[in-house]
Amino acid sequence: MNEQIHADKELASLAQREYKEGFVTDIDADTLPPGLDEDVIRTISRKKEEPEFLLEWRLDAYRRWLDMEEPGWPHLHYPKIDFQQISYFSAPKQKKLLDSLDEVDPKLLETYEKLGIPLDEQKALAGVKVAVDAVFDSVSVVTTFKETLAEAGVIFCPLSEAVKEHPDLVQKYLGSVVPAGDNYYAALNSAVFSEGSFVYVPKGVRCPMELSTYFRINAMNTGQFERTLIVADEDSYVSYLEGCTAPMRDENQLHAAVVELVAMKGAEIKYSTVQNWYPGDEEGKGGIYNFVTKRGICKGGGSKISWTQVETGSAITWKYPSVVLEGDNSIGEFYSVALTGNYQQADTGTKMVHIGKNATSTIISKGISAGHGQNSYRGLVKVLKGADNARNYSQCDSLLMGDKCGAHTFPYMEVKNPSAVVEHEATTSKISEDQLFYCRQRGLSEEDAVSMIVNGFCKEVFKELPMEFAVEAQKLLGISLEGAVG
Amino acid sequence: MLTIENLRASVEGKEILNGISLEVQAGEVHAVMGPNGSGKSTLANVLAGRDEYEVTGGTVRFKGQDLLDLEPEIRAREGLFLAFQYPVEIPGVSNVHMLKAALNTLRKHRGEEELDAVSFLRLVKEKAALVGMKQEFLYRSVNQGFSGGEKKRNEILQMSLFEPSLSVLDETDSGLDIDALKIVAEGVNSLRSPDRAMLVVTHYQRLLEYIVPDYVHVLAHGRIIRSGGKELAHELEDRGYGWIEQHARTA
Ligand SMILES: Nc1ncnc2c1ncn2[C@@H]1O[C@H](COP(=O)(O)OP(=O)(O)OP(=O)(O)O)[C@@H](O)[C@H]1O
Ligand SMILES: [Mg+2]
Repeated sequence: MNEQIHADKELASLAQREYKEGFVTDIDADTLPPGLDEDVIRTISRKKEEPEFLLEWRLDAYRRWLDMEEPGWPHLHYPKIDFQQISYFSAPKQKKLLDSLDEVDPKLLETYEKLGIPLDEQKALAGVKVAVDAVFDSVSVVTTFKETLAEAGVIFCPLSEAVKEHPDLVQKYLGSVVPAGDNYYAALNSAVFSEGSFVYVPKGVRCPMELSTYFRINAMNTGQFERTLIVADEDSYVSYLEGCTAPMRDENQLHAAVVELVAMKGAEIKYSTVQNWYPGDEEGKGGIYNFVTKRGICKGGGSKISWTQVETGSAITWKYPSVVLEGDNSIGEFYSVALTGNYQQADTGTKMVHIGKNATSTIISKGISAGHGQNSYRGLVKVLKGADNARNYSQCDSLLMGDKCGAHTFPYMEVKNPSAVVEHEATTSKISEDQLFYCRQRGLSEEDAVSMIVNGFCKEVFKELPMEFAVEAQKLLGISLEGAVG
Repeated sequence: MLTIENLRASVEGKEILNGISLEVQAGEVHAVMGPNGSGKSTLANVLAGRDEYEVTGGTVRFKGQDLLDLEPEIRAREGLFLAFQYPVEIPGVSNVHMLKAALNTLRKHRGEEELDAVSFLRLVKEKAALVGMKQEFLYRSVNQGFSGGEKKRNEILQMSLFEPSLSVLDETDSGLDIDALKIVAEGVNSLRSPDRAMLVVTHYQRLLEYIVPDYVHVLAHGRIIRSGGKELAHELEDRGYGWIEQHARTA
């Protein structure tokens, strides 16, 4: 009754808030006509001046993809994607990599400014060093902080550059975690991926800054096929931030990225995402389709990989960041907040595959559904035969706002080793009228009250985010961070 | 400060307040007593602006404004505070965070500077000590897992922090042990001043020994059937509500 009305009003301020990043940058793009065949793949590879092995790898992936079926999911509904209507390559006209921000197309900088992430200010960010490898559509435009990283021996560059400069590393690790034929979208990505980032942290090196890449989807009807590869050699550490926003569009846009992480013995990789792609309008029109394959492998003993994600965008999200715990005593973590409002649908979760002994995995998933949003958690905890003393703790909490939305939890477990301890907890709650009234009686606006409660609900995940990202995440949920109290 | 005239309110079509009139001047403490279900909490909630209750008639003026016209948060910012009979739990939201957000909203509204984290912490710790609340409660989620008495103390902590011009206490004494009762009373008394007023809902004369009211009102079936000085509370304690209700009927 009343609760309903209130929750709906909240939705208006939270999930239906106007999409601030909805504008289109007008930069001439060198775009391939829509369509996909082997010639298109050859063209992409030639345009990017790739070595032969990569072209062969792409073609192999493409042939696998042709034989695969697009997966159907019970809780995701969307019109069938016509892959021949998509253009598979789009690059800003400026081609060569630039040395400084001065050389960047001012329109592009303006775009970032509107997003509140001006590149030039990032440099000066007090005390915080952030290396930005800005991916604009499909081609890297600018790379900063290269020198500091080079001093430490860290390689952080566009994948296409890595292909040329470090072909041995790329050949060794590309597809080693997510093979070309892994799944429908990963195969497509392997065939046509056009840009992405590459990180290599050498033995014993602690990466001196957090690495961040901003992706934007800009050219009309251009599918995005980013590919990121991060390799942390023995006893190294790296924290990588991925932030995404996209301009407003009428047509749904496909995004099928692949992220591969490799952690060698004693290494740690922290991968954080705040994702704010255009979710579609109140009627569910427009918005980004986001089908991503993210997987990390803890290859060596005592290695650690943690995924932290805050997802508020996309019309459709299909994404399961996973960790393969191959090394003994390795650690896998997954912290996630997914907000679905309007007609957004999210099917996310994680897979933790225990192979080594004494490995530990933790899953904390917070789903918030408002409006007609549908939020599904799908998690798989797999313990193989030799994985002695595997430990998993999973917690899936859902928060509902209104009664037209839904939350679904599908925890799957496959345990083949009797020494495993696998725990799963799940809760579903609603923001109650009593809670809202209590806060309002204390002088807080309804919007602030909702923000505060939602923020409290997500706290366990937010505290895993690097500080600046936590702030962005809270903003995304309509929350202003009031000092350091709390 | 507060002028209630012929206030009527209903919930889910059922009339609960049947024409209440009450005048509270600045500096006064009014006690409201009455049997279970007589409408005391309803009155408190209607004043605070809970929209579950539909106001079907009458007017309420608060500090010169039409109170019923204001959103609940505006009423709060204008200085109306309700200590809830059953404070709600808010999991995940730390008490100190909520208190700071609320206090700064109030201060902003009053044209005062917002407190930074350091000065806020100093203030809230001082107030917590005053109401005998251990500091760990500041860092726990709002009211979550608090005992009945601890929740009530938390309400009083908020009251002393916000320094409202009109405090409505809904059975803040219920469920308190005798020490806590004294602390609550001290909290209330320390706020007593010529420019503040209180509306204290209680079932017990005991509280009124510590918080001595200027007026006592008896509520039954949604209307005030008797008003008097503090001695009325004594009489009620001795004779129960029956005799007044009889009086009211025969009068
Ligand atoms: N939300 C509601 N829905 C239905 N009935 C309600 C609601 N709120 C109050 N009432 C009814 O209104 C009447 C007055 O309730 P109220 O809580 O104001 O009483 P009270 O005087 O505070 O009682 P107590 O001393 O037990 O706290 C009761 O009969 C109660 O059942
Ligand atoms: Mg009551």
